[in-house]
Amino acid sequence: MKRIFEKFSIHLILLSVSILSIFPFIWLISTSLKGNSENIFAYPPTIIPQNFTWANYVGVWHKVDFIGYFINSMIVAGGTVLLNLILSSMAGYPLARMEFKGKKFAFFSILSTIMIPFQVIMLPVYLVTLKLHLVDSVSNTAGFIGLIMPFAVSAFGIFLMRQAFLGIPKEMEEAAIIDGCSVWQLFWKVLIPMVKPSLAVLAIFTFIGSWGEFLWPSIVLTKESMYTLPVGVNNLQGMFSSNWRFIAAGSILSTIPILIFFLAMQRYFISGENEGAVKG
Amino acid sequence: MFKYYGKYVPYLFLLPAGLVLLIFFFIPFFQTVYLSFFDYSSSIYNPAVVGFANYIKLFHSSLFYKVLWNTFLYLFVAVPVLAIFPLFVAILINQKIRGVTLYKILIYLPVIVSIVVAAIAFKWLYADQGILNYIVTLCGMKPIGWLTDPDWALYSVIIVTIWKGIGYYMIIYLAALMSVPKELYEACDIDGANFFTKHLTVTIPHIMPTIALVTTISAISAMKVFAEIYVMTKGGPLNSSKTIVYYIYERAFENLDLGYASAMSVVLLIIVMAFSLINIFCFERNKYQL
Repeated sequence: MKRIFEKFSIHLILLSVSILSIFPFIWLISTSLKGNSENIFAYPPTIIPQNFTWANYVGVWHKVDFIGYFINSMIVAGGTVLLNLILSSMAGYPLARMEFKGKKFAFFSILSTIMIPFQVIMLPVYLVTLKLHLVDSVSNTAGFIGLIMPFAVSAFGIFLMRQAFLGIPKEMEEAAIIDGCSVWQLFWKVLIPMVKPSLAVLAIFTFIGSWGEFLWPSIVLTKESMYTLPVGVNNLQGMFSSNWRFIAAGSILSTIPILIFFLAMQRYFISGENEGAVKG
Repeated sequence: MFKYYGKYVPYLFLLPAGLVLLIFFFIPFFQTVYLSFFDYSSSIYNPAVVGFANYIKLFHSSLFYKVLWNTFLYLFVAVPVLAIFPLFVAILINQKIRGVTLYKILIYLPVIVSIVVAAIAFKWLYADQGILNYIVTLCGMKPIGWLTDPDWALYSVIIVTIWKGIGYYMIIYLAALMSVPKELYEACDIDGANFFTKHLTVTIPHIMPTIALVTTISAISAMKVFAEIYVMTKGGPLNSSKTIVYYIYERAFENLDLGYASAMSVVLLIIVMAFSLINIFCFERNKYQL
């Protein structure tokens, strides 16, 4: 009896926390499905729309270039992930496997970047990006490169890959070299396939981070056609000032891609094996 | 092992990452310190060297103190909640019950969703005639100006940060809970200890390092809040919800007062670095194999 009561209370608490976690979205979805004849400020509030309609979604879809924002976000997140995979594994390898002068220096320089948040250096990063003409006023390509480069490599990624290479038996390398591989071939053809699980983790978490990034794009972007999803969604507030039906519909629309991604990859996020991999 | 690589090979492998870090990290880092000694407020093209004047101005500005105070208030409210509540949730999820995966997914959802969407969703909850004020009036109180009342705005924004962090820290705690030896719980059950004594005497002492880790990570991320404030309040009303990163952004990119903004960045850096050093050297040694 006591056991049943205990289980019941646990479910009750977890259910409440779950509802609190998703309620803001539920309310947003509810608002986005209410027609013009329904008062969205009605007391008491109604969760189930009385005058159900998709019109807000259709309306906001026609006024806002979600496809464009989505493509921009894909380019930026895709580029960021690709560069992180290449640069982190290249840098992680010698740190794990080679002896060279200045190794300690390289190691601690990379470590030091963890201590300094982007927010501290964002202003000079912007000045550097301007100096290099990597802004959207020059060209779209330059704009994309400017969005990607400051996040092209991270200490987290380098250390993750270093760990992965440390776990490979040294005999693998010896065998490959004896077979006549060059270091370059050894790295790309033998070692990289062996660290695929770590690459997957790095790719997924870099993607999520880049996809949600808001501060940097809102600093550098000047053209609406270059907006990524978060910047575009924030812009909805200005476009539809008090039309909360449209703002709600647009916010929900923008969330669908990442929601699908999360549900497909959920084991990476909630298994606890990769604790602390997303930036908090 | 025989040396199979040439003298310069390690450097060639490190070069691409090194270049990116040099250009987009180390140069800007030193430039932050450098810029803080210049005054840009009279002319953006002809900055004057002013030594420590920006810092002196900073520490004589009541607004700066207000912003610092807001930032620490953010920390003092958000960090204890984020260190304790997710642990409680994680302990419950760690019990042998059904539906664990679904709970985990739902509670983790706010972590994944863009902070901008989260802030918009809360702005809608906080609307003057919104659903939260309906609940408030149901309880017989006057409606609250969640984002428009200077006494409330900062706390309303903090709630969003907390709400978005619970799932993230819950997962960190869940991983730590797996390492607590099951025998200890069995011993507790034999002794007839109840739920709370069991976890106070076994769980909490066992995962103290993780609690400390969560404390420092959440403190660092509370120092860095920006999007919540930008989307919801723009630091207002009357600067009541302005924290340091938002103020730096405003000074740098809206007022183009680069020197002053840089001096503030240096202050922020010193605070965050203190937290990070504790973090790296006390709790994350394994991760970096120091």
